Amino acid sequence: MSDLQLFKGNEAVGEAAVRAGCRHFFGYPITPQNELPEYMSWRLPEVGGVFLQAESEVAAINMVYGAGGAGAKAMTSSSSPGISLKQEGISFLAGAEIPGVIVNMVRGGPGLGGIQPAQSDYFQATRGGGHGDYRTVVLGPASLQELVDMTYEAFQIADRYRNPVMVVGDGVMGQMMEPVVFPDMAEVTDPPDWATTGKRGRDNFNLINSLYLDPEELWEHNRKLNDKYRQMTEKEVRWETRATDDADFAFVAYGTTARIVQKAVEQMREDGHAVGLVRPQTLWPFPQEPFDELSDRVDGFRTVEMSLGQMVEDVRLAVQGRVPVQFYGTTGGVMPDYRDIISAMEEMMRKVGGRR
Amino acid sequence: MHQEVLMAGFGGQGIMLMGQMLAYAGMKEDKYVSWMPSYGPEQRGGTANCGVVLSDEPVGSPVVTEPTLCVVMNRPSLMKFRDAVQKDGYLFINSSLVDDSVQRDDIEVFSISVTDEADAMGNTRVANMIMLGAVSTVTGVVPFERLKAVLSEVLPPARHSLIPINEQALELGRELVQD
Repeated sequence: MSDLQLFKGNEAVGEAAVRAGCRHFFGYPITPQNELPEYMSWRLPEVGGVFLQAESEVAAINMVYGAGGAGAKAMTSSSSPGISLKQEGISFLAGAEIPGVIVNMVRGGPGLGGIQPAQSDYFQATRGGGHGDYRTVVLGPASLQELVDMTYEAFQIADRYRNPVMVVGDGVMGQMMEPVVFPDMAEVTDPPDWATTGKRGRDNFNLINSLYLDPEELWEHNRKLNDKYRQMTEKEVRWETRATDDADFAFVAYGTTARIVQKAVEQMREDGHAVGLVRPQTLWPFPQEPFDELSDRVDGFRTVEMSLGQMVEDVRLAVQGRVPVQFYGTTGGVMPDYRDIISAMEEMMRKVGGRR
Repeated sequence: MHQEVLMAGFGGQGIMLMGQMLAYAGMKEDKYVSWMPSYGPEQRGGTANCGVVLSDEPVGSPVVTEPTLCVVMNRPSLMKFRDAVQKDGYLFINSSLVDDSVQRDDIEVFSISVTDEADAMGNTRVANMIMLGAVSTVTGVVPFERLKAVLSEVLPPARHSLIPINEQALELGRELVQD
């Protein structure tokens, strides 16, 4: 266990990005993610990279557009209100097919909200807060090791599809510490063929653009994008199940909340209740398969979130009415207590009852 | 082994550092660990607490609501957490700043005047290390020698001149509970 290092979540994201080959970070301060730009401000110069504190979140995401368009592995991070400001840029990245990684350490909203952890940006992250028919792969880690691994992989996924990728944590994940092992340092590669790095002796020049004034041409462009989204749906979807083999009821939760639910599951198992947990690791694409499998076996799902109920809509879409889906949540920066989660599930078990 | 530790006090008392020392030492002892602060907008002052989980199993929830081991460095923290300590758990109280008694006979309570002891050493800020030395000695949550050893890794290099006084504080904490 000698490679283990005790890291704060925000700083772990920074190191994982550096290991993935990221050499360009553009950001603007906001709690609870400040340790990430702070880390990058000294770490990137060490490896010959660029850290730039932009004049605003809008500027930062557009710097990612510029750097990504030139073939650099680029990243920005913020927390909820700042991520809202970046939405136009994310839509442009998707439209112009530029890879980039956006990290959101979610805090309570709406508006300025507060600085405590929340999961109330699920809709924004998975539906695309920007305009147009676009999708971003959204990764939802639940531990700092997973945060490290997913940050690393986010750059690979972004490059694979020439599409922005979001990593969605929450205030707790940014602030807490856990031991992590970092992947080896990836080689920094040359810019890809499509990057706008000058003609370099070619006859044609590369163009980065999201403007298509001819409707037929724009439709064709959207069809091409849609093919990518279909591929992402098939190849990038991830989830984990715990104790679902013999479960009568299952929780659904992601991120930090999934860990609190895990404690509730362990306690309920000790008390003789057959409950399990489905944990989506990608929030988009949302995992359909575990719900197809479990909807024939369980008597209901209880979704737990730090929101007023957002992911629960995807759970209902996935379950397709086969069994009841209920919601329990806390919001505004309040974390759910595992005892309240147990009570919520017990209430559902009483009301829904067993089919068998 | 599974310990859920909650440490609480005023901002500036070194609460976060105590927790990080425990987590770091636990990691070096091949335990699964997590450290989670309650964070606010203020840089100092206000109330501060952090939860540390040390376990032989991977840490599920990093949120500590019912500690097996609780350290309170000021009075508001005692009011907030004294009833939350699990049965057969430990409660350590900084009796320099807390004169309330605890009406629970299902937990072990240790009252140590760590702020006064730190003042007597000439540096009120090492009260946290005196407490940590006592906690380690009484509970064995992490070995005492391991705690001393991780000081140089948890404190930033600019603070390494303070390692000797922190070591003395840990040792004083051990002596105070060995009597």
